[in-house]
Amino acid sequence: MLTIKKTKQDYITDTVIYLILIVLAVTTLIPLFNILAVSLSDSAKATAGLVTVYPLGFNMTTYMTIFKDHAILTAIGVSFKRVVLSLIVDMVLCVLAAYPLSRSSKAFPFRGVYMWIVVGTMLFGPSMIPMFFTVKDLHMLGTIWALVLPGAVGQFYIILMINYFRSIPQELEESASIDGASPWRRLLQIYLPLSMPIVATIALFVVVNNWNAYYDGLIYSINTDDYPLQTYIQQLVVNLDMSIRDVDQVKNMLAVSNRSLTAAKLVITMVPILLIYPFMQKYFISGIMIGSVKE
Amino acid sequence: MARPRNKEVIHYHIMLFPAIVMLAIFCIYPTLGSVMAFKSFDPIKGIWGSPWVGLDNFRSLFEIPDFKRITVNTITISVVKIVLNVSCALAFALLLNETRVRWFKRSVQTVVYLPFFLSWVIMAGIFKDFFSVEGLINGMITRLSGHEPILFFTSKAWFMAIIYLTDVWKGFGFNAIVFLAALTSINPSLYEAAEVDGASRWKKLTHITLPSIRPTIVLILILSLQGILSGGFDQIFNLYNPLVYSVSDIYDTYIYRMGFQNNQYEFATAVGLFRSAVAFLFIFCSQWLAEKYGDYKVF
Repeated sequence: MLTIKKTKQDYITDTVIYLILIVLAVTTLIPLFNILAVSLSDSAKATAGLVTVYPLGFNMTTYMTIFKDHAILTAIGVSFKRVVLSLIVDMVLCVLAAYPLSRSSKAFPFRGVYMWIVVGTMLFGPSMIPMFFTVKDLHMLGTIWALVLPGAVGQFYIILMINYFRSIPQELEESASIDGASPWRRLLQIYLPLSMPIVATIALFVVVNNWNAYYDGLIYSINTDDYPLQTYIQQLVVNLDMSIRDVDQVKNMLAVSNRSLTAAKLVITMVPILLIYPFMQKYFISGIMIGSVKE
Repeated sequence: MARPRNKEVIHYHIMLFPAIVMLAIFCIYPTLGSVMAFKSFDPIKGIWGSPWVGLDNFRSLFEIPDFKRITVNTITISVVKIVLNVSCALAFALLLNETRVRWFKRSVQTVVYLPFFLSWVIMAGIFKDFFSVEGLINGMITRLSGHEPILFFTSKAWFMAIIYLTDVWKGFGFNAIVFLAALTSINPSLYEAAEVDGASRWKKLTHITLPSIRPTIVLILILSLQGILSGGFDQIFNLYNPLVYSVSDIYDTYIYRMGFQNNQYEFATAVGLFRSAVAFLFIFCSQWLAEKYGDYKVF
């Protein structure tokens, strides 16, 4: 490549660009560091509004309180349970559905009909109220299955998986098929081992989406004991002010809330996402690119 | 391959069976349940046993003033968000593309993608604290200017500013991924030729970079149309309060309150059905436009 000497103006432009990007990155981090600092600060200092991005009067009492709090521990348990169950159910359904749909219409004549069902239900989904009554009529309200089963078939994941299966060379399968391997063996012994990148991508999607989901917990729960962590947090910090009618009420509400403790609960809820974030960054982006590949 | 072997086709049906059963129960059946929009719902008789009332629910929908308000709010919020998100993501991608230091690029990307993966519940909790009376922003305002703390969440103008600002804050990095991919696929010899001709950086941006990624920009704008009736339920639902309903209430938040707080199930379903039908039209048109002009196909 040609190298052309940088002019003085180029250096100035470069400096400005780097500075803007640094400012953007710092702006992204400030609210996150701020909440961490508040959670580790002395309650009085936090209420006085003095905390910026480092803790004042450092202490961990808020975290100690959380680990003795029965309600939040129950909610964390529900969240872990739904993530694990969803991971198993969703992945099995997705892989099993994607394999036949990745066959050609010649090898599997009914493919078109099934594809219509998958894509049709993706584009025109049910609305909130009939969905709620369906779960209610199945007597699943208040159970973990209300959080796992309704969203268990990810049509978008199936399409990602189909595209990936189709990129695997046909010759591999044909030779196995001549050797007399059944479709099940070909899926489990040839296709699945070769598809680990997309399996990992979808598994991460499932984990993040299930961890972050709060709405199903909100409408399908009977007791507060049924809440997953995000719904618990939602009720705690977000839904409190639904009864507010005037400005004074806002002030009163803020005065009684324990700011440091709430901040610590928010931090705890973020931890699992932060832990798997390095893997997500690696796989999500490739996942998005795979998704844009034409079928 | 030879003609399909019947034995194998049976296995294919068996593999698809669980997913299709789940879709039938949790997607198709509740979608059919939307007929309650045409009924007067009786909890004892259930969706299917309740008496029909024809278009009564839709008639009351078009008559109430709320309907006009939520329609205007939903579309306004969506359009402003689309414009802000696309332009900020594009600007960020262009800036990042100008940097040559790899570790710097990587680090910036790692930081700005992060908020995308945090839920709106968490983000709402964080921002409610951040913009609260004792939060960081008001702390700065009172200490630096001596101004009274601003009640960001109860003033309509400030509240909408926060809605747009936090939406961009959460998504600009992640939304830039598509643009960054388009930028790396530009042929470098174009830039080399321009350099030989003595083109300035600005000229290269306006004459090579932007024209090269214009199809991507058009495609993203077309695909954004699909979400025009959504407006971002999770964000607004977790941030709003009754004082700002008049400017921030959208279809989905209204359906939630009508259904689960006022127990007007059939009316809420009517709003939902209307919204879904119009949204479906938008999705259909957007797909058609994307295939026609964007050389793009999902299915």
